[in-house]
Amino acid sequence: MMRNRLILIVFVCCFGWLGARAQSYENAQEHQCLKCHSNQTYTFHNDLMERQESRLMNPYFVLDTIALKAGVHHVFDCIDCHSYEYTTYPHSANIKLEPLATCLDCHGGDESFAKYQFERIDEEYQKSVHYQTYGDAFTCSKCHSQHTYTATARTSSNVQEIVEYSNNMCLSCHNSMQEYKLVSGKDNPELVEVHNWLPNQKLHFENVRCIECHTQVEDSLMVSHNILPKEQALRKCVECHSSNSRLIASLYKYENLQSRKGNGILGTMVSNDSYVIGTHQVPLLKTLSYIIFIGLIVVIIIHTIFRILNRKPDDK
Amino acid sequence: MTNNNKVYFYPMWLRIWHGINALGIIVLIITGLSMQSGIDSGFIMSFDKAVDAHNISGIIVTLNYFLFLIGNLVTSNGKFYLVKPRAFIKRPIKQAKYYSWGMFHGESAPYPLSEKRKFNPLQKYFYILVMYLAVPGAIITGFALLFPELIIEKVYSLSGIFVTAVFHSIIGFVISIFLIIHLYVATIGKSPLENFKSIISGWHHIHHGKK
Ligand code: HEC
Ligand code: HEC
Ligand code: HEC
Ligand code: HEC
Ligand code: HEC
Ligand code: HEC
Ligand code: HEC
Ligand code: HEM
Repeated sequence: MMRNRLILIVFVCCFGWLGARAQSYENAQEHQCLKCHSNQTYTFHNDLMERQESRLMNPYFVLDTIALKAGVHHVFDCIDCHSYEYTTYPHSANIKLEPLATCLDCHGGDESFAKYQFERIDEEYQKSVHYQTYGDAFTCSKCHSQHTYTATARTSSNVQEIVEYSNNMCLSCHNSMQEYKLVSGKDNPELVEVHNWLPNQKLHFENVRCIECHTQVEDSLMVSHNILPKEQALRKCVECHSSNSRLIASLYKYENLQSRKGNGILGTMVSNDSYVIGTHQVPLLKTLSYIIFIGLIVVIIIHTIFRILNRKPDDK
Repeated sequence: MTNNNKVYFYPMWLRIWHGINALGIIVLIITGLSMQSGIDSGFIMSFDKAVDAHNISGIIVTLNYFLFLIGNLVTSNGKFYLVKPRAFIKRPIKQAKYYSWGMFHGESAPYPLSEKRKFNPLQKYFYILVMYLAVPGAIITGFALLFPELIIEKVYSLSGIFVTAVFHSIIGFVISIFLIIHLYVATIGKSPLENFKSIISGWHHIHHGKK
């Protein structure tokens, strides 16, 4: 009993120390997992052949160490989520079957994360096309990598960065033949063609999130997770290109972006929110153009009347 | 009528340029107005058709503009677009006075047209402003909007695209106003249709005493 405990303590200490070393994602080459999982090749000792061997790493198992360090879960070590048995290589076959915790397993019902409304998100998400079609096989992790996720929309003040981050979550699958096929078993429709009715597509995809058009905007939820069938997607340009825009109701409701609104007279006259095409969206210019146009027509009419009155007999 | 009082004002290349330009710009104005009215209104035509037609005619007008530029560089037509520094302001004012007063009081045109003078001073200024300022401005801003990645992202706190779009439509408006004036003034002549016949046939009648 005593001996067992001692062994356990020594064991824990050893691994505590190892763990402490491993905890750090800082030095990937020293990390017990990242030394293999951040490189295109890995080296291990082949016990059978009694020699060191180098092989190619499956590119889908290579982790982005920079994103890993920035991610919300950087405080975890790999084996906090994955089985401890992964510390040995070759990884044993049965751990491939291990169940992994979902977002809700850890965050559900936790007061400290209440502001993210995990339960509401889950509820909304279950109504989405993805869940409706593929059920539990389509996990939150399909969009949110547990390794690298950051709540960008909440923390960044750069709209373009938010949009890019968010859209990459969709594009990583919808623009990837492999990822899409993995989920659906069929080929992905070309997004460029599906959206060819949208002018300046590239610009739009850099400035608006896919979810802006593809979800039902919920006032009480920061990021609406109910992705609607394509028939219900937003096509109406005025929803965004008008002064009372949908973007205010969705993207710009984050506090970090609120400051964009109050930037002076010029700012409010032609602020980003009211972005619309052409001069007619600047009321002053619109009125001015009407005045000039009507003035010109009046002058022409008066001039014509005088010409008719003044007509010389030889003119015709 | 003999050739004596007829002048060959508008050479073939100029008439071709002018015809394409007139049609192109009319399409641009109509499609531009259609887009201006918003995306869902379908005013005149549907939005995406308007965008396509606008882009295509924009490109045609641009290519055609080079015909105008080069034509005026290599032929003698260019000299009609040179401004005399003498009485720089007085001359067009005199012409404006004629249009608003003189022509109704039996005065004769202050700058009668001849082989040496194709445009009266007012007309010349208008043509210069439109052809060397407005049209190139519309072309540059238009192409910027066609390739928005070329545009500076922020002009102070405003979106660069927004500023460009507003400039583009202001210029479009200016050209539309020019066109109305241009069409109206062209009806001032011996008969209202005479100038229009000239820009098609190339030959202009010189009337002594009156334009
Ligand atoms: C010697 C290199 C090496 C080390 C060290 C290593 N792995 Fe792996 N790992 C691999 C290779 C190669 C694969 C793919 C082949 C396989 O599944 O065995 C892999 C696969 C995996 C998979 C995916 C299994 C699947 O099929 O879905 C996970 C998860 C994983 N490793 C986690 C870890 C963790 C956690 C650590 C650290 C505790 C770690 N690995 C250490 C090389 C390594
Ligand atoms: C917060 C929990 C968590 C942590 C920490 C974590 N993982 Fe994972 N990992 C997951 C989940 C969940 C999946 C399954 C993803 C999926 O289903 O798409 C996964 C999948 C993987 C895979 C399979 C390939 C993939 O991306 O789907 C590898 C390899 C892997 N993890 C390695 C690691 C390594 C190495 C570390 C440490 C640097 C690590 N993981 C840390 C939760 C975690
Ligand atoms: C293994 C448990 C676990 C899983 C699974 C997990 N998280 Fe977390 N998550 C945590 C913990 C613990 C923290 C707090 C980390 C810290 O204190 O820095 C956290 C932090 C976060 C944060 C930042 C909260 C803040 O205010 O700092 C977000 C956002 C988040 N997780 C989202 C998710 C999402 C989305 C998923 C599913 C894809 C997920 N998490 C899966 C345990 C987990
Ligand atoms: C189809 C893709 C997709 C799926 C599936 C998905 N999400 Fe999201 N989620 C997003 C996008 C996009 C964002 C906004 C990105 C950002 O935070 O910058 C987001 C944001 C979040 C946020 C941050 C919200 C905030 O207030 O800042 C949380 C928390 C979250 N998701 C949880 C979940 C949970 C839990 C699930 C599974 C029940 C899930 N997500 C499934 C796409 C998805
Ligand atoms: C301006 C609004 C808008 C934006 C932004 C937008 N979409 Fe769409 N999307 C639509 C509309 C409308 C349809 C329906 C098109 C149709 O049925 O002809 C659609 C269709 C789709 C489809 C269905 C394809 C099919 O035919 O099966 C997918 C997938 C899709 N979009 C993904 C995305 C992704 C990913 C993004 C972000 C990169 C995005 N969309 C951005 C409006 C938008
Ligand atoms: C892991 C892959 C994956 C990710 C990530 C993903 N999707 Fe999908 N999505 C699919 C698949 C597969 C389908 C096809 C569903 C079907 O068969 O109807 C689909 C369908 C759709 C549809 C069309 C639904 C219909 O009516 O045909 C839309 C819209 C859509 N996704 C939007 C998004 C948006 C927006 C995001 C990001 C927030 C996203 N998807 C993220 C795989 C993905
Ligand atoms: C989800 C919101 C949203 C929807 C829906 C939307 N747009 Fe946009 N649009 C934007 C944003 C944001 C920009 C970028 C504005 C900027 O950065 O200057 C933009 C830019 C543009 C531009 C480029 C600016 C210019 O003048 O060249 C055009 C054109 C445009 N949109 C037309 C449309 C049309 C047409 C539709 C409908 C078919 C549409 N948009 C639907 C949000 C939207
Ligand atoms: C339906 C449309 C148009 C018609 C019927 C028309 C008619 C005419 C006529 C009759 C003339 C010769 C008389 C004169 O010089 O006043 C002329 C010349 C001219 N027009 Fe137009 N016009 C049209 C559109 C335009 C447009 C859109 C522009 C430019 C944006 C333009 C630019 C010019 C110029 C620069 C000349 C002088 C050409 C020269 O002789 O060098 N016109 N036009």
